[in-house]
Amino acid sequence: MHDVAAHAAHHAPPTSFIRKYVFSLDHKVIGKQYYALALVAALVGMVLSWIMRIHLGWTNAAIPGLQLLSKNGAPGGVLTPEYYLQLMTMHGTIMVFFVLTTAPFAAFGNFFLPIQVGAEDMPFPRFNMMSFWVTFAGFVVLMAAFFVGDGPSLGGWTQYAPLNAVGPVAGPGQGMGVVLWMASIALFCVGQLLGSLNFIPTTLDLRAKGMSLMRLPLTAWAWFITSCMGLTAFAVLMPACILVILDHVAGTSFFVPSNLVINDQLQPHSGGSTLLWQHLFWFFGHPEVYIAIVPGIGIVSHILITNMRKPMLSQRVIIYSMGALAVLSYMVYGHHMFVSGMNPVSSLAFSFPTLVITIPATIIVLIQVFSLYGSKLRINSASLFALGFISMFVSGGVSGFFLAQPSIDIMLHATYFVVGHFHMVMGVAAMFGIFAATYFWAPKMFGRMMNETLGRIHFWLSFVGAYCIFMPFHYLGMAGNIRRYSSFPDDFLQPLIPVHRWITVAALITGAAQLIFVYNLIHSRFWGKPAPDNPWEATSLEWSTPTPPPWDNFAGKLPVVYHDPYQYGVQSSVGDYVMQASPEQVKTEHDEK
Amino acid sequence: MATTVHEPPKIDSHRLPDQRHSSNGDWRNLVPADGDLRVTQDYSPPPSSTAIWVVLFAITMMFAAFTSALIVRKGSSLDWRTFTLPSILYLNTLLLIVSSVTLEVARRRVANFMGGLKSQVESPARWLYITLFLGLLFVAGQYVAWSQLRAEGLYLATNPSSSFFYLLTTTHALHVLGGLGGLIYVIRKLSNSVLRRNQLVATARYWHFMGILWLYLLLLLWMKL
Repeated sequence: MHDVAAHAAHHAPPTSFIRKYVFSLDHKVIGKQYYALALVAALVGMVLSWIMRIHLGWTNAAIPGLQLLSKNGAPGGVLTPEYYLQLMTMHGTIMVFFVLTTAPFAAFGNFFLPIQVGAEDMPFPRFNMMSFWVTFAGFVVLMAAFFVGDGPSLGGWTQYAPLNAVGPVAGPGQGMGVVLWMASIALFCVGQLLGSLNFIPTTLDLRAKGMSLMRLPLTAWAWFITSCMGLTAFAVLMPACILVILDHVAGTSFFVPSNLVINDQLQPHSGGSTLLWQHLFWFFGHPEVYIAIVPGIGIVSHILITNMRKPMLSQRVIIYSMGALAVLSYMVYGHHMFVSGMNPVSSLAFSFPTLVITIPATIIVLIQVFSLYGSKLRINSASLFALGFISMFVSGGVSGFFLAQPSIDIMLHATYFVVGHFHMVMGVAAMFGIFAATYFWAPKMFGRMMNETLGRIHFWLSFVGAYCIFMPFHYLGMAGNIRRYSSFPDDFLQPLIPVHRWITVAALITGAAQLIFVYNLIHSRFWGKPAPDNPWEATSLEWSTPTPPPWDNFAGKLPVVYHDPYQYGVQSSVGDYVMQASPEQVKTEHDEK
Repeated sequence: MATTVHEPPKIDSHRLPDQRHSSNGDWRNLVPADGDLRVTQDYSPPPSSTAIWVVLFAITMMFAAFTSALIVRKGSSLDWRTFTLPSILYLNTLLLIVSSVTLEVARRRVANFMGGLKSQVESPARWLYITLFLGLLFVAGQYVAWSQLRAEGLYLATNPSSSFFYLLTTTHALHVLGGLGGLIYVIRKLSNSVLRRNQLVATARYWHFMGILWLYLLLLLWMKL
């Protein structure tokens, strides 16, 4: 009925510079573009966190040069409380959207999903190109807020109503800053929807001969599930952003209640609902957490299996658990709103599925850990970061049990306990997934091996450093240290300042350790050892291609798939594994049915 | 102890499609796992047919978000002012329904034309042009409705009810314009004789969905405004 061979060859090899490197239709180039965007965004976000940490440890310290960024926000280099919040907003927004969503899902997914399913490209390369450039435009619009008017919004990455909708009266950046924020995120949503538009048909319709759904590697499943989540979540966040923009520029009253007085000024709006924004935002916001972490689960499983030289105890159960996470993630979002004034009965209704969602998460982790038992794990940078992912995911996830209960959350919600929780379970864990993926796939993406020694140094500094930073956050929270304050002059918080200073020092060192990674990435990109086609002796289709893959991935010949994705621990002519595209017959004890 | 690569597939070759023209998207598991027919006949549709459902789902979620906002906003306030919908909306509704019918007629004509079943003198594009024209009339009719409300003094920010009216109808009209773009694309492809069936199918699904969405929106506005 349709002709995929013709379809896959829909674009000829690019010849011009623009088509090759800028407005490329090639999913691999687009994946690299996403990766570069995420890398730049992560560095900006990290520097912002340094500035905030220094301010939290030494409130009156002047940070040289900061006054150049904002004369009013940092006079003489010392942050004002408002500018602290503005930087915090940017840190959160950049990290959640442009790093944690962009890198594990859009960057690696774009590069490897079509190859892993055995296709020559995504079905709609032009939409794919638009997906990146719209996302890039979103990033530019977001960063523009630094340079217009009184700077970026100070509302936090959640942008709660009504202060997001009343304009400059709510503080610096709440006028133009918010409009730019909303426009940026609306653009980002469009970009990710275009991504889903490609990811879902790629997985369902472009698989190679013999590639049944259960023969897809766990990474392909993770990206597929994530794209389904993104489709639902971003399609709700975008209209919410439009409503806020209308409240700003058109004078509507969607989110601003009647008789609201801000800074002694009665607001002209009437009758809006502040909770409405929280519902719309968190309906996106909680699935977003899983959009950030599910690709990591797939990546880490994929890498561990390769290095364990045996399949997971059950591939199917991991897939079903990831699916369960995706479905449940829409039923739990109200646990972000326990202190919002929402009906307590609703709190209970959201608390229960929140506890239930820990079950598939626990199943995944247990399968990963018990699969490790008895395996001869090959230790390298990728597998170390994969283990680090599990460690962070568990450590950060355990505090989720406490926060899932409304009665405990009321006490902890506005404290550093929550900050510690989500940084570990979503931030650091997902970052470790990105690092693991980079060390694992860089040879295929760039054709060069990364330096292993630097990779291990990077891992140990990051791993120990992350615990030094984020474990004390839980302690601070239990001691009642409120979050989102730029300084803690209250008497009862004074004894905690040394903890803050410890965290700041740890953050500076751990952040500096990331520069090792950046150096390693850039240096090995140009001067690294040339990578063989299959350096890790792995089985999935991305390792069947030449390194780096040509523009049509398989050099004109579409693969035929003969095996399940993880045939390790077998005896074949090449070693203890057999590749998916190899027609060789092998005997195995681990045949997934 | 299982083997992974197995005996030649035990498949009745007469039941398979012509393999010379088949490619990886059609009949996937010609090299089956354990010769299992069940996984062998893993048929997949062309990507555009999956993609159109992805698009329709995203649009559905967007309007679901707007709907929930409308219900919450109306329930939480005392300032909601109801107004009568401009009657031209009902005429527009009729136009959109008829355009769906003409599009179906066009599809049959195109199928006959492409299949060479009937010797048609007339170009099958005529019915597509009629659909296009009806779609344009719909958008123009919506514009008339907005003008009428403006004449009554109801603007976007006048009242939450008018805010939602403009929001929902404008968003829908923009999506209808997208559908008109799709129709023009199909007409161009048809006139160059390079139209593929799934392109027409996807466009038709989108267009019918716009009609269904409009019926839903009309009901919502009629009940809530």
